[in-house]
Amino acid sequence: MPKLDYNRKMPRLDMNPMVDMAFLLVTFFMLTTQFKMDEPVEVSTPASHSEIKLPETDLMTIYVSDEGEVFFSVVDQLDRVNLLRRVASRHELEFSAEETQAFKVTSGFGLPMNELGAFLSLPVRERKAFDQPGIPFDSTQNELLEWVVMARATNPRIRVAIKGDREAPYAVVKRLIKLLVDNKITRFNLITDLERDAV
Amino acid sequence: MAKEDRRSIQKYSFGRKDINIDMTPMTDLAFLLLTFFMLTTTLSKLQTMEIVMPLPAEEQDQEQAVKESKALTLVLADDDKIYWYQGITDAVVDTTSFGENTLHKLLVEKNESIEDMVILIKPQDDSHFENLVDILDEMHLSHTNRYAIVDFTDEDQQIIDKSGL
Repeated sequence: MPKLDYNRKMPRLDMNPMVDMAFLLVTFFMLTTQFKMDEPVEVSTPASHSEIKLPETDLMTIYVSDEGEVFFSVVDQLDRVNLLRRVASRHELEFSAEETQAFKVTSGFGLPMNELGAFLSLPVRERKAFDQPGIPFDSTQNELLEWVVMARATNPRIRVAIKGDREAPYAVVKRLIKLLVDNKITRFNLITDLERDAV
Repeated sequence: MAKEDRRSIQKYSFGRKDINIDMTPMTDLAFLLLTFFMLTTTLSKLQTMEIVMPLPAEEQDQEQAVKESKALTLVLADDDKIYWYQGITDAVVDTTSFGENTLHKLLVEKNESIEDMVILIKPQDDSHFENLVDILDEMHLSHTNRYAIVDFTDEDQQIIDKSGL
């Protein structure tokens, strides 16, 4: 009999409301979530008070790493394919179907054009670990300009965003801005984090 | 004995079947999913700062000249340092830093004292991207409407060198 008493005292928790709530939250997160994009290079963006949201489509992003290396990325996958095709025909490069597919799903890259093919034929895992040297971007060999111009030709509505690291040297940013302005891209976005003032 | 008890109770409540489903595993699952989505999601969308640069000088009708008395130059240097001076001839160079009581205060003061002030932002090559973003942000916060990002030149270097700061 004492055993029975003990069982009777076991509290019964009604789990239904808890399940309701948990699934409500799950639904919310599932609908609002946007998976973190793979980034070609790790960049810690500076903070600002600007509250303009970054557009999600028709966007090319130029990354500037803390060491001043430049990476390039286009958001839309279809644009990526067209871009690669355009660049390949212009520079007489050949990309296989697998390489094109790899380019389509790679968020960004930072390599000279002639090394791109070899990079794209690597397995995914090795591609992620690959230390990319950045896109050549100086007066003698300006491939970045090529990519930007081609991306604009591929998608005329495309906008330019610069995602610079806090520590990115201004010398590189200056050259980048000059390159854009010289090509009549006078309106562009600087990607920042939202700054929260300590209260 | 407990089983018997329950059965006897059920007999009394006609037509009502008391099915008890243990919800605990379901809660576990829901929270597992919840945790997954919470961790993978990027809640805050990236912010952006839109800047519009003027067209290159040769394509414009003329370069916009700025009255010397209305020009305030901010030179962004290494180590988050800012040199600032008003005008060009006999400019008195001073330093300041990013902050509520330093740069922000300076800008608000100058905004009031100089009518139609134009700020020339001249980042040195060894300054960082963060400095540029910070200063543009500060322009926005201090409601400075007229500013331009200008290349840092040798003349500016001379002005700073002369001041000895």
